[in-house]
Amino acid sequence: MRSRYTIFGVHVILLAYTLLATLPILLVIMNSFKSRNAIFGSPLSPPNADTFSLIGYTKVLGKSHFVTYLLNSMIVTLGSMGLVLLFGAMAAWALTEYKFRGSTLLALFLSIGIMVPIRLGSVAIVAMMRQSGLNDTLTALVLVYVAQGLPMAIFILSEFIEQIPKDLRDAARCDGVPETRIFFEVIAPLLRPAIATVAVFTMVPVWNDLWFPLILTSSDSTHTITLGVQQFVGQYTTDWNSVLSALSLAILPIVVIYVIFSRQLIAGLTSGAVK
Amino acid sequence: MPRARLIGLMLLFLGPAVAVYTLFSIYPLLATISLSTYSTTDTGDHVFVGLANFTTLLTDEVWSKPFWNAFFNNFLLFCVHMVVQNPIGIALAGLLSLPALRFRATYRTLIFLPTMLSVVIIGFAWNLILSPLWGVAEGLLKAIGLGSWFAPWLGLPSTALVTLSLISVWQFIGIPMMLIYAALLNIPEELVDAARVDGLGQFRIFTHIKLPLILPTIGMVSILTFVGNFNAFDLIYAVKGALAGPNFASDILGTYFYRTFFGYQLQVGSPTMGATVATVMFLIILAGVCVYLFLVQRRMLRYTF
Repeated sequence: MRSRYTIFGVHVILLAYTLLATLPILLVIMNSFKSRNAIFGSPLSPPNADTFSLIGYTKVLGKSHFVTYLLNSMIVTLGSMGLVLLFGAMAAWALTEYKFRGSTLLALFLSIGIMVPIRLGSVAIVAMMRQSGLNDTLTALVLVYVAQGLPMAIFILSEFIEQIPKDLRDAARCDGVPETRIFFEVIAPLLRPAIATVAVFTMVPVWNDLWFPLILTSSDSTHTITLGVQQFVGQYTTDWNSVLSALSLAILPIVVIYVIFSRQLIAGLTSGAVK
Repeated sequence: MPRARLIGLMLLFLGPAVAVYTLFSIYPLLATISLSTYSTTDTGDHVFVGLANFTTLLTDEVWSKPFWNAFFNNFLLFCVHMVVQNPIGIALAGLLSLPALRFRATYRTLIFLPTMLSVVIIGFAWNLILSPLWGVAEGLLKAIGLGSWFAPWLGLPSTALVTLSLISVWQFIGIPMMLIYAALLNIPEELVDAARVDGLGQFRIFTHIKLPLILPTIGMVSILTFVGNFNAFDLIYAVKGALAGPNFASDILGTYFYRTFFGYQLQVGSPTMGATVATVMFLIILAGVCVYLFLVQRRMLRYTF
């Protein structure tokens, strides 16, 4: 059968690409658990009883503020994510539910940020943060990331709210439920499936961002994990154990979260993007 | 609903989003554009100079040489993405959407994995892998008999930028793949079935039926690639530093902007010239988005199923 060979060929191609995509990451993680000699002697073999070593990890955790960086990244990511979801859902609801003069114009205004990167305003952002005393604080990062994430979140959540049956809010309105309660108690709980989509588009770029931590934070206590790793690796380039361990420490949390939530994340990505 | 009540509700629901967005996204952008028409005097005051900064940037040898170098490098970065990333992404999406393919979810999840990681981490990881010190890339090439092909690609002026572009392609291929995969899944079965009844094979179905139907998505992927590339910074900075070496061979607009704004080595940073570079980047991105919105998207037929 021709088709059996074809399917075999398809699997060969996909498998080859999968290896190309994952092996470099695996290589870094694998070698981070090896002694210096083994890293250079046999880079492609996994660690065994002789070559296993955690020296890199002890050095990284001893020499850098790794735990602080990790906590900062979590605070900034979850903080901006929560605010993007709250403000974004409220705005999306108002724009789709109440048509008023200028609502189309306002929606257009809010969508500028989907295409125009907020980075281009960096010069003024740095000046603003210095003037307001927010420079070198996590608050500054959260504010910038909320502004960055809102346009896409409002776009995705509006599409989602359009699909919620009108009867629900009409029924609530007939019962005399106030508008604010309709949103927070009827609509907001229904938005849960859209959270995954918003998460892909707002959380991942925030966690991985180097630019704003680089220009807005200057002390170790406010660095995020991405900036922390960048500076650590830049400083200890010749200490391969430390470099590989630092990279692995930055990779592992993401990989674990990704493996747990990959189904929702990918469903979110594919459903939000088609429109 | 009474008018006053409606206004109150609008303020409550739209107020926070509009305020944060305007204050930290739109205002800084406008302030940056406005600052690009000023110059700093020796006393630290800002004086209005019109478009003089732009003339300096585009014609004064000291500014224009690195600017055009960064611009053309950036354009090459974009071209590599368009020529390598998007076709491979489309091909992978096409294969993944084949009917009754086993392990589909596993392939999809693993190929998308690098896209989730930080550009900084990816940059460092490839920096190590391609390093002649470690010799992993060299060893692998030797194993398949191509040992003589190896060169310290990231370190040579002639290959550094293309190598960095390919690292970026390797990382972000998941995005076109996913977007196009989603578009392919949305094509109704009947269309594909009709083609199959007419005797078309899977390959011809893909090129003749599916590909024309997903052109709007390919257009969207292209503009996302354009905006992403002309706004790129992290990868070059992580691997090559702000000087984007060797000898500025991997300098792009993002790194040029960073050096202009914050200064480097003996050069003092200049907010006004930084704002000028940022404004030019804004205009380039705006031009790209306009071409997409008015020329590409309008002419494309959208099929709603």
